[in-house]
Amino acid sequence: MDFSVIFSDALRSGIGPIAAVYALAAMGLNLHFGYTGLLNFGQVGFMLVGGYGLAVTVATYDGSMWLGVLAGLACAVVLALLLGVPTLRLRADYLAITTIAAGETLRLFYRSSWAEDVTGGVFGLQRFASDFYDLSPIPPGTYGVWLVEFNARDLWVLIVGWGLVAVVGVLLALLVHSPWGRVVRSIRDDETAARSLGKNVYWYKMQSLVLGGVIGAVAGMLQAIQVQSVNPDSFDPAVTFFLYTLLVLGGAGRILGPVIGSILFWFVLTFLDSALRQAIDAGYISSDLISTSEIGAVRFALVGLALILLIVFRPQGILGSRKEMLLSER
Amino acid sequence: MSDDQAPTVRASAAAGRRLAGTAPEPGVPKPDALLVLDGVTRSFGGLVAVRVDHLEVQRGAITALIGPNGAGKTTLFNIVSGFDRADGGRWWFDGRLLTGRPAHRVARDGLVRTFQLTRVLPRLTVRENMLLAASGQRGEQLLPALLRPLWHGQEREAGHRADELLERFRLGRLRDDHAGTLSGGQRKLLELARALMARPVMVLLDEPMAGVNPALTQSLLGHITELRDEGMTVCFVEHDMDVVMGISDWVAVMADGRLVAEGPPHTIARNRAVVDAYLGKRHDEPGTIQEEP
Ligand SMILES: Nc1ncnc2c1ncn2[C@@H]1O[C@H](COP(=O)(O)OP(=O)(O)O)[C@@H](O)[C@H]1O
Ligand SMILES: [Mg+2]
Repeated sequence: MDFSVIFSDALRSGIGPIAAVYALAAMGLNLHFGYTGLLNFGQVGFMLVGGYGLAVTVATYDGSMWLGVLAGLACAVVLALLLGVPTLRLRADYLAITTIAAGETLRLFYRSSWAEDVTGGVFGLQRFASDFYDLSPIPPGTYGVWLVEFNARDLWVLIVGWGLVAVVGVLLALLVHSPWGRVVRSIRDDETAARSLGKNVYWYKMQSLVLGGVIGAVAGMLQAIQVQSVNPDSFDPAVTFFLYTLLVLGGAGRILGPVIGSILFWFVLTFLDSALRQAIDAGYISSDLISTSEIGAVRFALVGLALILLIVFRPQGILGSRKEMLLSER
Repeated sequence: MSDDQAPTVRASAAAGRRLAGTAPEPGVPKPDALLVLDGVTRSFGGLVAVRVDHLEVQRGAITALIGPNGAGKTTLFNIVSGFDRADGGRWWFDGRLLTGRPAHRVARDGLVRTFQLTRVLPRLTVRENMLLAASGQRGEQLLPALLRPLWHGQEREAGHRADELLERFRLGRLRDDHAGTLSGGQRKLLELARALMARPVMVLLDEPMAGVNPALTQSLLGHITELRDEGMTVCFVEHDMDVVMGISDWVAVMADGRLVAEGPPHTIARNRAVVDAYLGKRHDEPGTIQEEP
């Protein structure tokens, strides 16, 4: 077993483009769940409309990348309004039910043969990311620091991705520490009290839903660009649950919670994957017990175990405050 | 509280004088009514919780709303403040029809309520609870929120006011604690202070003194009468008769959802309808009791 390989695989994944995508999507979810108390179980739906907004504009309609970005953002706003208008006046569970259904409905809709002319159906869409890579100032080649190496394309996505994480992080930090953020946090704590002080709770929830959804859409675009294709089945409902996992891991209601959470989540996931693979190859684990094709499932089982331990021993996540968490459970 | 400790705070001569010619009868019109209710009803299943034919609340006065548990006082507050829907009836605040108006608008109109079961925001600090109540904050809009200079000055002013009020309510040293760590009495105080932070025209206080340290009660009552003297209208539910007799200019009594008596405090103690309401006895005045099947 080569530990430096395991470690470099894990590190590469922890700081790689996909970790940035998940960090970004989880930051939107953090605004919903961590700050406003909105139970959005369909964040993947926002990623989907974002990714497809870009891909369809460019690949199907020959639009420019920037037009595609605008289309993706607009789709996210529309989706947020469609989800929010009927549910945000009702109890919190209604949004949860609606979003979980919407995420899956969107996936089935985008993959249907009825929509195939536009969305590519089950085959998805490719060849829409070249504008993005043309913008890259990085000459072709591979670039390595310490144990990790990235090719020029991945490095470009990675820089843009973490750059977006930084920008969104600063904007969210400004927002949640402003009077606007105070209103939103008061809604999370007790929306009746917020209402009694003259706050239009519905309107603030809507703003939060739209904003967090738009951030999710940006993450979806970045993911589409990174893999240079969109496919309905990569926007599986499980994505939302990974986002919740890493949000709880890092600490909900903390600006850096989703960032730390995403890095750690991908680090651990890849570490397990690589370690299991090597252990099987080296014969430490009999391939009768776990075969190589089962590694994917086993590593998620181990992540689930880690999550259980986390909930037992540090339910507030890495950055959260236990004292504060207990206050909400009066 | 025993008699020799009876509240020293006196009902305002001015407010009392303006109500002097008003007859102590349920539903009587007031010389300068700020809140007017007409035919307000609310039932839960078969239970009629509120059926107030007519009630007017005098501007600039302290009105106590009393009545046994289950009389419908909280339900009435909920309806007027927009937190519950009435089955029928209309009500006006400062001449404006409030029926069907959402709760946050009622609060912005200047009618602010507190809750019998306190609702502090546990994960906000005591000071943040106060600041939240300040009205007309530019920083509460999404885009200006990003530009601190646009709201920083306003926030600092609100902060000064919040600190003053917190000192007055003896919460000053707790201002940076999470409100969820406060005791029941301290939560009551914070909620009252928070309501005042909104600079309301009128407050509806649902049992504001329940669980508050008696020594502090006195100073708070003093504060409430001062605010009344500055022009604020107060309507409060209270069970402590010493408090009611001590600071109210007017007392309204509810029983079984109805308004059964009204009048200056001294007329209430010997009012037959009130005594019967509290003792749970049916009296024989026509129309005040509905036979139940
Ligand atoms: N949400 C509700 N559902 C059913 N019954 C209620 C509800 N709220 C109040 N009630 C009933 O209405 C009556 C009046 O209650 P309430 O207004 O709380 O009285 P008070 O505040 O005067 O003690 C009580 O009999 C109470 O049980
Ligand atoms: Mg009550």
